[in-house]
Amino acid sequence: MLDDLDRRIVAATQAGLPLVTRPYHAVAEAVGAPPEEVMARLRRMLDAGIVRRIGAVPNHYALGWTANGMSVWDVDDRAVAALGPRIGALEFVSHCYRRPRHRPHWPYNLFAMVHGRARDEVDAKVATIAEKLGAAARGHEVLYSTRILKKTGLRIAA
Amino acid sequence: MSAALDTVDRRIINDMQGGFPICERPFAVAAEALDLDEDDLIARIGRLVDEGRLSRFAPMFNAERLGGAVCLCAMAVPEARFDAVAEQVNAHGEVAHNYARAHALNMWFVLASEDPARIDQVAAEIAAETGLEVYPMPKLDEFYIGFKVEA
Repeated sequence: MLDDLDRRIVAATQAGLPLVTRPYHAVAEAVGAPPEEVMARLRRMLDAGIVRRIGAVPNHYALGWTANGMSVWDVDDRAVAALGPRIGALEFVSHCYRRPRHRPHWPYNLFAMVHGRARDEVDAKVATIAEKLGAAARGHEVLYSTRILKKTGLRIAA
Repeated sequence: MSAALDTVDRRIINDMQGGFPICERPFAVAAEALDLDEDDLIARIGRLVDEGRLSRFAPMFNAERLGGAVCLCAMAVPEARFDAVAEQVNAHGEVAHNYARAHALNMWFVLASEDPARIDQVAAEIAAETGLEVYPMPKLDEFYIGFKVEA
């Protein structure tokens, strides 16, 4: 778990690193800790996977990646553990998870998010996934987003 | 949004999605790899953020590893009530994103909370407020490797 200083570091950086020559020093000043301590804690959080990565977070839509298809697949339970990593490894798949079915409304157990500049590009990528899954996939659909209703992300309080 | 991206902007977007150094002058280190000036790199990142091409330049935190929980949920919302239900759902601070999707299950939102117990509570609150069933779709396995948006 995070202690109080970790939480303050998360709160001070989650919306953006200060764009100055010494950004971690600026964070240190904001949270009232020595810069070396702030950097050591960020390194620790990176090693522990609490920080996935540090850098530029692109806005897909603003960069022209406006087609976003959530492809969902009904994959044989005996095959999904072996096939999932192969789908997740495709360079155009941004997220790939196994999730529960909700029969009869929802028979799908594998989700692969596919991004493209246009729908036909997404459709072509979905066809590649279908090929990889082969007969283990008994059905699939692609759910295109039609509107973003909210996008704030998780916010940690200091 | 303003002018087209130049080659340097594209390299910043494509090559800086991870691995930003943790050291006294990280922009200077990153700038060297891109053959740029430190000040130029800082100014360009600031501009890309201002233009909305980058959502932010920051550490990406893993909510679950922070001790919290995340759960995708779906609902089948009658078209006539769609906007009203979206308002009810979005009013919960735990709703991190919410997307309309073309399907019988037409509203897909992510609940995120520092307190894992809140996920089930909020899902139940939304179901009670809207009178609609909330289908929780928690991650059972993660097969994610990585993704880079090419600018």
